[in-house]
Amino acid sequence: MDLHSPLADIHTQIMWNRLISVVEEQAQTLIRTAFSPIVRESGDLSAGVFDIRGRMLAQAVTGTPGHVNSMAESVKFFLEAFPPREMQEGDVYITNDPWMGTGHLNDMVVVTPTFLDGKLVAIFACTSHLIDIGGIGFGPDGRDVVEEGLYLPFLKLIDRGAINDTLIAIVRGNSRYPTEAEGDILSLAACNDVGAERLIEMMREFSLSSLEPLADHIVEQSRKSVQAEIAKLAEGSYSASMRVDGYEKPIDLVATLTIAKETITIDFSGTSGPSAKGINVPLNYALAYSTYGVRVLIAPDIPNNAGSLEPIKVKAPTDSILNAQRPAPVSSRHIIGQMLPDVIFGCLEQVPGIAVPAEGASSLWNLILESDAADAVDPTSTISRFSVLAVQTGGVGARPTSDGLSATAFPSGVSGVPVEIIETISPLLFRKKELRSNSGGQGTFRGGLGQVIEISNREPAAFDIYAALDRIEHPARGRSGGGEGAAGYVGLGSGKVLRGKGRQKVPAGDWLVVHTPGGAGFGDPADRSQAAVTADIANGIVVLR
Amino acid sequence: MTRIVPCRLAADIGGTFTDVALEYGTSRFTAKVLTTPRAPEQGVIRGIVETLARASLTASEVDLFIHGTTLATNALIERKGARTALITTEGFRDVIEIGRESRFDQYDINLMKPEPLVGRELRLTIRERIAVDGSVVIPIDLDCLPGHVATMRAAGVTSVAVGFLHSYVSPDHEEQVAERLAQLMPEAYISLSSKVCPEVREYERLMTTCANAYVQPLMASYLRRLRQELDAMGLVAPTLLMTSGGGLTTLNNACELPIRLVESGPAGGAILAAHVGRQCGVDNLLSFDMGGTTAKICVIDKSEPLKSRAFEVARSKRFMKGSGMPIRIPVIEMVEIGAGGGSIAKIDNLARIQVGPESATSEPGPACYGLGGERPTVTDADLVLGKIDPNNFAGGTIKLDRSLSLAAIMNHISGALGTTAELGAFGICEMVEENMANASRVHAIERGKDVRSRTMVAFGGAAPLHAARLAEKLGIDRLIVPRGAGVGSAVGFLRAPVAYEVVRSTFTRISQIEPETINRQFEEMIAEASGVILEAVPDATIDIQRSAFLRYSGQGHEIEINLDDRPIVEDDREQLAARFTDAYIALFKRKIERADIEALSWAVTATARGTASADTVAYVPPADRGPARPIGTTELFDARLGRFINSPIYWRDKVGPGQTIPGPAVIAEDETSTVVTSSFAASIDAYGYIVLTTQQEPN
Repeated sequence: MDLHSPLADIHTQIMWNRLISVVEEQAQTLIRTAFSPIVRESGDLSAGVFDIRGRMLAQAVTGTPGHVNSMAESVKFFLEAFPPREMQEGDVYITNDPWMGTGHLNDMVVVTPTFLDGKLVAIFACTSHLIDIGGIGFGPDGRDVVEEGLYLPFLKLIDRGAINDTLIAIVRGNSRYPTEAEGDILSLAACNDVGAERLIEMMREFSLSSLEPLADHIVEQSRKSVQAEIAKLAEGSYSASMRVDGYEKPIDLVATLTIAKETITIDFSGTSGPSAKGINVPLNYALAYSTYGVRVLIAPDIPNNAGSLEPIKVKAPTDSILNAQRPAPVSSRHIIGQMLPDVIFGCLEQVPGIAVPAEGASSLWNLILESDAADAVDPTSTISRFSVLAVQTGGVGARPTSDGLSATAFPSGVSGVPVEIIETISPLLFRKKELRSNSGGQGTFRGGLGQVIEISNREPAAFDIYAALDRIEHPARGRSGGGEGAAGYVGLGSGKVLRGKGRQKVPAGDWLVVHTPGGAGFGDPADRSQAAVTADIANGIVVLR
Repeated sequence: MTRIVPCRLAADIGGTFTDVALEYGTSRFTAKVLTTPRAPEQGVIRGIVETLARASLTASEVDLFIHGTTLATNALIERKGARTALITTEGFRDVIEIGRESRFDQYDINLMKPEPLVGRELRLTIRERIAVDGSVVIPIDLDCLPGHVATMRAAGVTSVAVGFLHSYVSPDHEEQVAERLAQLMPEAYISLSSKVCPEVREYERLMTTCANAYVQPLMASYLRRLRQELDAMGLVAPTLLMTSGGGLTTLNNACELPIRLVESGPAGGAILAAHVGRQCGVDNLLSFDMGGTTAKICVIDKSEPLKSRAFEVARSKRFMKGSGMPIRIPVIEMVEIGAGGGSIAKIDNLARIQVGPESATSEPGPACYGLGGERPTVTDADLVLGKIDPNNFAGGTIKLDRSLSLAAIMNHISGALGTTAELGAFGICEMVEENMANASRVHAIERGKDVRSRTMVAFGGAAPLHAARLAEKLGIDRLIVPRGAGVGSAVGFLRAPVAYEVVRSTFTRISQIEPETINRQFEEMIAEASGVILEAVPDATIDIQRSAFLRYSGQGHEIEINLDDRPIVEDDREQLAARFTDAYIALFKRKIERADIEALSWAVTATARGTASADTVAYVPPADRGPARPIGTTELFDARLGRFINSPIYWRDKVGPGQTIPGPAVIAEDETSTVVTSSFAASIDAYGYIVLTTQQEPN
């Protein structure tokens, strides 16, 4: 019995499985050693392995669709900046270019070439969100990308084993949290090392001298599977639009999704132009979230790699907010980017045979709370200085067969931070954090609930909110007859209404009041089961007025 | 540090079987009976009666009885606990529903989160607020309690969880509620978060408290009934309960904090593995327990299983992280994956073999049982690959039909792959072993450990069939299959010490540590832990282990650092920092310059010296000291060589020490078979354990 070829097929399956495990180990190493709370508590990171042609073979499943293929694209740019023939064993490269990395300066992308017996065999890449990269801080008030912080072009972080001390010194000198910034960058390099070590072990175990045959198999098999799923769909063009608050003016997000020849092409022509403030989206980030919107409905169980991502194309005109050009400010690109799956769902809803959820809160309601700027520069002040990024969430849209999830991140998959932890690291005191009654859109299936959150300062001092919040003017819209989710709200305990964007003050003695948006409903509310209606009332999910 | 207890008995209630082990002098007697879910004490008593009969002993001759059970775990998984209410801080009614606000599966649009243990209508709030420093921001208003009691009574509540924000700093408000509730609702069980889990992070603390309340009536009533049954049969020996943390506790403590009993069975397995390692003089182990539906892997350093303070119970989806309920109690840390003998294999839409977590369970079971199972399982693949003797499975009680296995694999796997049934079977085994290897590596890296260079200890019905290949994949060159592996957890219970752990959160920068505060807290914790110990062993000499959970300021994961057993003084700041830095470098290869170090929590483990009972069981080698003779041969597929090899089968009890069996070979016994792959050679050691070590370039 000649076992060679069929045996090799099974070995190929095993090695594919192993690669996915290798990037998972890579990601776990990063989570364990990261300093940024948003990385280690919330999971804002990405890790992947590439072949030497820059094809992504496996990516760890973390909480950030924003890195789904932006990191994959980024590695191609690295290969242009550092051609493989010039790569040396012990090199590590870095950039935070928003257009060639993952969308804003806070995200560092670190790339490590991997060698087996002196020969380049693979590339590991990872990215995570640094707590501070200078400039005016993490928020949308920058007028251009230069104001948003330190920019690192494609550079060598480590040159044949020697760390670039100049680079580290510059990063330290430009961050409000130099130790954390240095620590985070080094932990990125360390996690690639773990991935590389495991890959080399695998290649020795299976006596491989090159990854290319395995890479070809992974890419081809995945591409074919996604193409087969797309081929089941009715060809045609489907358009949808959605209006969101924006910064200085409302933004229309317009997409035309075309299904043809086993490929899905998304064209954002018709979308509003760029904003004067930092909510603009580099194309790579728009690509990531639109691709996620497609993949979560079409062939979601096929892992992300160069093959499975290939049949999905995204374009946007250069004068649109979704293809913002340098030097546009892009720091808070997530506010608009995270809305894109809802727009994609609006297109896919029209495709026969696909059932899509209703719109949801979608963008994270990150509360960036800081001690008041005036106190921060007064050396005699006894007021505590703090800066807190408290991830908060609204409701998810109702699904075609079930209610929307309450107080849950979607499409982002990051986690919240416990109240008791925020109160440990700052003088803030939460007065309330509870589900928000009546905020879920009505429908056969109800939208998920938002939250009511109230925060005061225990010290007799003002504090600032650096707002980057949307769906205050434009709530989530229902589907198939379902009702709207409740709009978001941000204001003060004393009654003053605050703006959804920009730095604002919460005066001493007053407190912050936040209502995160609810998800919209799905289907005619008249068709909701009596049991569900009764339970909602009994639970105070719905309060009759 | 062990003592001689002449006659000791242990019982472990698992999902399917209740295992009983009795050690008397140099002999061990065991029994495996079916679990009786409606009245679990009946199964336990039956198993004890059977075991005593085998040992020709009476109940009154037992000197110590140790018990572990999955009842609490099952109640949480099957949602069969008490009608429970939660009393919490006004403004924070939904903490247990809001959770961490994330989705455990990024690509499942229809994802359902586990229903909270306490529905919203029974989450009742009280006006009160304590700040992070323990100061009272809003004094407690107990006037609403009578109304809440009326609501709870109307809803048939029998157990009440009480959890306020920052109660781990100041339990005062919770205690006031408990006092009033005891008067107003004397029939109810009460669980305080400041007692069950006095640690920072409100979601995890409240979930743990609700889970404790949820299982408490059931567990307390079960434990009382068991005590009565034991008394009735004349088994009056002291009874201790196995906890998930690997120590033994008293019946009273178990009734008060039953949540600490979850996962006690797997903890017993890890303790057995640690004991085996100690006997064999190896410190660093990987324990590998594989049964019918799951595999559990645990890292053991210096003969101590790794501990953790958190785990998830009742994971709903493919054992995915985040899909269960977070529980914060001291646990022996292990990774559990849906890979067992009954795990079902299928082809996914990428034409890849997927194994588990779905299991064929005992009905219909694997295809080869001939009970109507049509889908191929890991056991079917094992049979096809020659690892299992179809005539001697489970001591010959179940006859296996290889043709049914071949058909199932052909129909569901090999047909789609265009290959033979044999290669399909190889694919199934290789995939399940790969999954276990990957899970082990990821688990180890999460703890900053390396799996290579460890010795594997394999037990549980399916582990010896897969251990050698798993070891090959992990780069492990030595593995041990102990005796009595089929009832490993129960035997492990007998090796556990009387021990109790208390953890509390007090946040402080190391540079600003206030010795008085920390020392006062340690004194309280030591008193609490010692109280439990002294109840179990009134004349105990107590060893105290103090530790601190430290991290760099700004990080999210703490490292446990052992402290000397004495009060802290100001000069200790530098020493603490140095110990942390050393531990950090050991884990992550480098330190962070110029970063502050902070403490989040502090722990005390009290152990009664010499209370782990000694292993006096003797191994009696076979009388025939000649070279081992095979009892037959099998066409055994060797994964590394990629082909079938005609290999000898040996009967375990007929192979004596001093003989070497080169792989490939199979060593069979009643409960399982040990597969010796071509990389390994097997021998029997002085304890009768099978020891596999890598052999030089075989074949």
